[in-house]
Amino acid sequence: MSNSVDLRPASTGQRAAEGTLERPMAQAQPGAIVEPEGEIAITIENLSLWYGPKQALTNVSMKIPARKVTALIGPSGCGKSTLLRCINRMNDLIPTVRIQGSLYYHGVNLYGPDIDPVEVRRRIGMVFQKPNPFPKSIYDNVAFGARVNGFKGNLDQLVEQSLRRAALWEEVKDNLKKSGLALSGGQQQRLCIARAIANQPDVILMDEPCSALDPIATLKIEDLMRELVKDYTIIIVTHNMQQAARVSDYTAFMLTDEQVTGQLVEYGPTEELFTTPKDRRTEDYISGRFG
Amino acid sequence: MQESLPITGASAQLRGAELERAMRKRWSKAPFERLIVLSLWLCGTVSMITTVLIVLTLAEETRAFFMEVPLRDFIFDTKWTPQFEPAHFGVWPLVFGTLNVLFWSMVLALPLGLAAAIYLSEYAHPNTRRILKPVLEALAGVPTVVYAFFALTVVTQDILRPLLGQDRVPIFNALSASIVMAVMILPTIASVSEDAMSNVPRELREGAYGLGATRLEVAFRVVFPAALGGIIAAVLLAVARVIGETMIVAVAAGSTPQITLNPLNSVQTMTGYMLAIGLGDSARGTVDYTSIFAVGSTLFIFTFCANVAANIIVKKFKEQYE
Repeated sequence: MSNSVDLRPASTGQRAAEGTLERPMAQAQPGAIVEPEGEIAITIENLSLWYGPKQALTNVSMKIPARKVTALIGPSGCGKSTLLRCINRMNDLIPTVRIQGSLYYHGVNLYGPDIDPVEVRRRIGMVFQKPNPFPKSIYDNVAFGARVNGFKGNLDQLVEQSLRRAALWEEVKDNLKKSGLALSGGQQQRLCIARAIANQPDVILMDEPCSALDPIATLKIEDLMRELVKDYTIIIVTHNMQQAARVSDYTAFMLTDEQVTGQLVEYGPTEELFTTPKDRRTEDYISGRFG
Repeated sequence: MQESLPITGASAQLRGAELERAMRKRWSKAPFERLIVLSLWLCGTVSMITTVLIVLTLAEETRAFFMEVPLRDFIFDTKWTPQFEPAHFGVWPLVFGTLNVLFWSMVLALPLGLAAAIYLSEYAHPNTRRILKPVLEALAGVPTVVYAFFALTVVTQDILRPLLGQDRVPIFNALSASIVMAVMILPTIASVSEDAMSNVPRELREGAYGLGATRLEVAFRVVFPAALGGIIAAVLLAVARVIGETMIVAVAAGSTPQITLNPLNSVQTMTGYMLAIGLGDSARGTVDYTSIFAVGSTLFIFTFCANVAANIIVKKFKEQYE
């Protein structure tokens, strides 16, 4: 465990002191960032990210609990999608990106020199903002991950189970050969969730999964999330505060202000964050005063 | 307090007949508009009429040819010796000349061109692509006569003969023509396919990466099928150029019509024959002369069929992502 970062208070104090030497930082309120109880799936430590010369995340540190829904909220440009995409190394696909800090998945540093991002993404699946089924049949969409990952087993069964899990089976079971693009927006998004589930991941990242959907389709996806969280760790980015309040167990509020881009302002159990926010900026945001 | 700007202007106050008049089509704009439409129509019609005239001329001279030579001979005879006695007019030796060069140039250019396209679209750094693509496209600007003499001198004399043996490689051979033809069409295949692949939406790629696909899997399982329509169009463009290319085959491939796909033979293609006779002194109305049109019609039928086939293939296999 020589690779893991020392969490003793003296060390963190030292770290903060070094930070202040470099430049004044808007400190999070004491106690505003809570450590969740129970098993931790992902630990983010002092994560900073730059797109070329432009900084997008600054010193984000948080622990994400296993088998819970964690919501990342905040106004546009606060870095919540960027943070989400760090977790399965999606940002690696952007040529100019630079990342500092570390991100542990069950104790393994995902940005370690010998870690293959492809293996990371097999364990940490993703559902995108715009439903993006492949222009292939429904069956081939769900089977895609299994096929590229050399799945040895009953593919038909896997496809059926995944579609059932995504609450789509009853609607498509007679048309598995039909193109995934022939489905409605909400169905397409559930197909994308089924596709992610078929990979048998541990964590599912969702980047504003309902922003392109109507309210009824949105409710279906939200119900599905509550159902899936019994087995999976779900991290969701959302613009919609009601959605965060409805589906998540923990909520993180992020913000970009004049001094710091992409900082984590407050993080804790959803109910506490929405009823008794500890930071003034969180209170302003959730009461609709800006953003 | 400052007086607020009225939200509705005067035009929003009109009602009834006045409103109707204000919303009528304005014919004062019409003459100019009509002039534009007319000139566009003319441009379209001229090119259409030209095409029709070309086809008519081709058909008329071809008909004259078949007055002299039975269609049966043209299709079933296996020799093409219009200028010897006894004259034979079996078109297959010329067709095979074309197929020979087409086949071997595609064998060389397809894998290279598609690999280049996949590299440029999926692997290359944006800066690399910015430099490489124009360089590649510059290859398409080389005049074919330069390629032709390059095939005859450098490829045949300096490469093929030392490599495979003087006695096995005739001075005129299909392989040298195929090789330079492959170089000539490589940029077309690579560049047009690359455009089609780059146009595949980023979301599709991200979806595949998010499922743990490697770059190669993303390229072959998602991007390639989604771009297939454009890729086939690219290949078809290349096929059309090879079939229609005249200078390279006339100079480098020889003038021996024969039914063979062996690239080390000397062959004559359809275009090669047409050029050879067209340059000669065959008088108008002779069989020699009209045979050019018969061969031209054959060529036309081949490219036409290739086009139709490609359209069917594209419709059948293309993965629509819109």
